[in-house]
Amino acid sequence: SVLLPTYNERDNLPLVVWLLVTTLRRSGIDFEIIIIDDGSPDGTQEVAKQLEKIYGSDKILLRPRARKLGLGTAYIHGMKYASGNFIVIMDADLSHHPKFIPEFIRKQKEGNFDIVSGTRYKGNGGVYGWDLKRKLISRGANFLTQVLLRPGASDLTGSFRLYRKEVLEKLMEKCVSKGYVFQMEMVVRARQLGFTIGEVPISFVDRVYGESKLGGNEIISFLKGLLTLFATT
Amino acid sequence: MTKLGQWLCGLALLGSAWAALALAPPGLQPPAPLRQALLPLPIYLLVAFGCYSLATVGYRLATFNDCEEAAAELQEQIKAARADLRRRGLRL
Repeated sequence: SVLLPTYNERDNLPLVVWLLVTTLRRSGIDFEIIIIDDGSPDGTQEVAKQLEKIYGSDKILLRPRARKLGLGTAYIHGMKYASGNFIVIMDADLSHHPKFIPEFIRKQKEGNFDIVSGTRYKGNGGVYGWDLKRKLISRGANFLTQVLLRPGASDLTGSFRLYRKEVLEKLMEKCVSKGYVFQMEMVVRARQLGFTIGEVPISFVDRVYGESKLGGNEIISFLKGLLTLFATT
Repeated sequence: MTKLGQWLCGLALLGSAWAALALAPPGLQPPAPLRQALLPLPIYLLVAFGCYSLATVGYRLATFNDCEEAAAELQEQIKAARADLRRRGLRL
């Protein structure tokens, strides 16, 4: 079950769904795509309805919400309708490419992992569209995280992951943070609970359409969240 | 124990070992050369860690992969996707 939380993704949604369907059909993987739209004002839901008609309501599940309620609750909401035994979470803005999902699955089988995390920092993982400053912030923040949390995973703020359904359910109960820190907390708690994590290098292609969000506010809240995790886990 | 707890314990352990040896009263002092090396050790370690951090982040920054092919491939696929979706009846 692929969970796609969306907010104002009218342009990207059909493309990411097309890529998902094409990739997963070609790999013979049984799948469903759950679109959790938080009341987007730009017509995302209309596009989603068209996609449902094109690909069938057994493959495209529309489970919208009235307004912007955040990523964590979007996952919880989406999971209620997921019939898969594995859940893939990813961004709907084309920064995560569905072609890695079969690799996640292969990796999961290889090590019987509870979680497979896409990493931009190892192997031939990487990014496209980031300037030096953005890369520096990313590497610096990741270094700080590694020193303070020693998490046993190279990319903690990444949100392209495969989870065993029961594992994600368990983690959602325990995680309380928001934003980037939420993704970090999932990995940290997973380690605490003894879940195993495998990694697959991924390429992250920054926003093809729309605006990317990393300002001073994000950095501050990231640091606050990191220190909270440091002090409480 | 939390990570913070581990750090505090570790620092307390190392700190007290250092203090015991470096700040010991005259009767219990280790030999002079050892004391001379021991006294500034915390600062040296801090600076060494600072250098290590800069070097590591710098290296990782320099070797951060740029996924040119991935971006190009994506652009191609977007074109194909748009054409296919239009054929299947998607109206934007």
